[in-house]
Amino acid sequence: MARKDGRKADEMREVKMEVGVLRNADGSARVQIGKTIAVASVFGPRELHPKHLQDNEKAVLNCIYMMAPFSTTERVRPGPSRRSHEISLVTKSALEKVVNLKDHPKAVIDVYILIEQANAGTRTAGINAASLALADAGIQMSDLVTSIASGKVDGEYVIDLSGDEEKITGCDLPVAYLPRSKEITLLQMDGDLSKADVKGVLKMCIRGCEKLHKIQVDALKKKWEAETSK
Amino acid sequence: MTEKNTNDIQKSDAANGNVSDEKKIVVPGELLMETMDYLPGKNCFREGNAIYAKKLGLLRTSGRVVEVVPVSGVYNPEVGDMIIGVVDEIQNAGWVIDINAPYTAFIPLSGVREFIDTNKTSLNQIYAAGDLIYGKVMMFSPSKSVHITMQDPKAKKFTDGRVVRINTTKVPRLIGRSGSMISMIKDATKCFISVGQNGMVWLKGENEDIAIKAVQMVEEYAHTTGLTDRVDAFLKKELGSRPAKKESPKESFEEYSKESASNEEYVEAKE
Amino acid sequence: MAGINIQKKYISALAKDGKRIDGRKPDEFREISIETGVIPNAEGSARVRIGETEVLMGVKIDIGTPFPDTPDEGVLMSGAELHPMASRRFETGPPDAESIELARVVDRGIREAHAIDTKKLCITPGEKIWMVMIDAHVMNHQGNLIDACGLAAMAALSTARMPKLDEEGKIVIGEKSDEPLPITTKVFPVTVARINGRLMLDPTLEEEDTMDVRLTISTKDDGNITAMQKGLTGALTMKEIEEAIDMSIKKGKELRKLL
Repeated sequence: MARKDGRKADEMREVKMEVGVLRNADGSARVQIGKTIAVASVFGPRELHPKHLQDNEKAVLNCIYMMAPFSTTERVRPGPSRRSHEISLVTKSALEKVVNLKDHPKAVIDVYILIEQANAGTRTAGINAASLALADAGIQMSDLVTSIASGKVDGEYVIDLSGDEEKITGCDLPVAYLPRSKEITLLQMDGDLSKADVKGVLKMCIRGCEKLHKIQVDALKKKWEAETSK
Repeated sequence: MTEKNTNDIQKSDAANGNVSDEKKIVVPGELLMETMDYLPGKNCFREGNAIYAKKLGLLRTSGRVVEVVPVSGVYNPEVGDMIIGVVDEIQNAGWVIDINAPYTAFIPLSGVREFIDTNKTSLNQIYAAGDLIYGKVMMFSPSKSVHITMQDPKAKKFTDGRVVRINTTKVPRLIGRSGSMISMIKDATKCFISVGQNGMVWLKGENEDIAIKAVQMVEEYAHTTGLTDRVDAFLKKELGSRPAKKESPKESFEEYSKESASNEEYVEAKE
Repeated sequence: MAGINIQKKYISALAKDGKRIDGRKPDEFREISIETGVIPNAEGSARVRIGETEVLMGVKIDIGTPFPDTPDEGVLMSGAELHPMASRRFETGPPDAESIELARVVDRGIREAHAIDTKKLCITPGEKIWMVMIDAHVMNHQGNLIDACGLAAMAALSTARMPKLDEEGKIVIGEKSDEPLPITTKVFPVTVARINGRLMLDPTLEEEDTMDVRLTISTKDDGNITAMQKGLTGALTMKEIEEAIDMSIKKGKELRKLL
């Protein structure tokens, strides 16, 4: 079955990744998946204020997800919403396992994710960008983090739902995946699926994440290979 | 620069202590090798037989140790480092200094040369907010307090001159082997230059604009082959082919030879 | 932290001879780049870079109800986000005075010039009008945000396309018409910074740390001024104000050619 935009079931929208896009940040990246554009900037580890937020055992990973007011068809009110709070939280949970926080107790690593344009899959695009920005910032990590959603449309598993597809299906399952250790650090779902369906959709996400990982590695190497061959 | 020269430099690099050519970029989580014959060094970890990278950087093997040389990241203080910091805040018992690290540093009253009677002297008469200081990391405690002393003979407050910031990972390149790079820039430009291990660089002298460009050039081309020749060519072009300066200030020369000595430690011992 | 003292001292000393740390002339801008249509979801958008300062601007156009005192006019609203992703100097939280001033100064220039003919934004008098919302998101802060946001606002507004309406007069989501906004003139704020008695355009962050006063002047196509905003604690002489106006008018003409 061909999808509305002509893609195959396991075909992601066009993916573009670029590392080192913002000068003031310690690390940054822009990830474009179809019409969804996410920019991540990372600062730190740096001193955390106010002091009562400090953790004496490890650094705090602070993740903030936000949408530009003009990123969607209807204007988004600036400032945090219930939705953005939740996405910030699951983003932090998706990233924290791979980040070495032990070496910098009391400090903070700030990860800011701005959705410049939204067309489904903003949290997963944001996680891909954040992972690149963390690596670019020279943060110790045991792995990169890759992320994509899959779902079921017209009885078939499909990867990387577009905005149009999201509207027709009630089923969406975003995943973050660690390509080296093959573990899952983000798992959400809404819809109505059998156990077998969940398994099928998850497998599709993982195959997608493996592809995204290659693109991430290329983006990181591209920046630094350019640095060594000037 | 001719191709022949490039080759010569590569050869001499490789000849220097069995260190591999550090040009391969690796990313966090990347499999570096699957063998027990090598040991994971800095920014690497082992899982089973495999050694993985845990930082973005350049792969380097020296002897039987494999490590990743970082290309980005913030400064991590080490006791004995000379750093350049900016006075951020004045407290009752000393000064809070921004050193572009995970922690701000502190100069306690006991860390300055002057005896201060706080009944008579306001602390901002010694160092005011925004002042630039060159000091030594005296303490980096397990509870992550960084203390700086200004009692070191080299320590000072800069009252004029210029400042540029480069990434801390490029500091070893700026100093060069045994201080060769920074000596070259200082000799050619006749500038006083102090390099903080945290990436802040202070400069003063009539050719400071050229010196700043040279420093920025080292940062930009830090990971390229033939960096020394490139900077040398730039300096010659900007300053003409005047002979290498002999009367460069003696005090300052000693200053950076010490720096370069401590830099060697930096390269070996960091992380 | 508001700058390094020796750096300020140096910038100040240079300014005395009309020189600048990056070699620019007093009335010279850093390199400007303008990309429009970067956010297709927005009715208009622009990414503007002035040197290392980067601003992303989006225009959203939606149906709303008019204000009671202007029943036959559309509405213009402006916002600006100075988020810590753009600079270590910004903090999280609700908009602070700095971001509110930024949005209001940009807004005022456009509004007072009637750069958008709000009468033409009326759909049904007293009931339905077009609301034009311009939002700036600062991506990287290296000085002169007002001019960058003003330029980005004009770039986004002048390339915006009105939403498409269906037969019932509702917006067709995801589609735009070919119709532009009713733009009557282009307005550009140009900020003049005074450093050690010399007036300079397009201050970098380090120059902003060193300036003691700034004056933003918005001019339209005919050279008339539509908004001014003096900032910081310094005081200006009549002569300086005249000089600043001349500089802004001249630079406004140059900026006009970019769009």
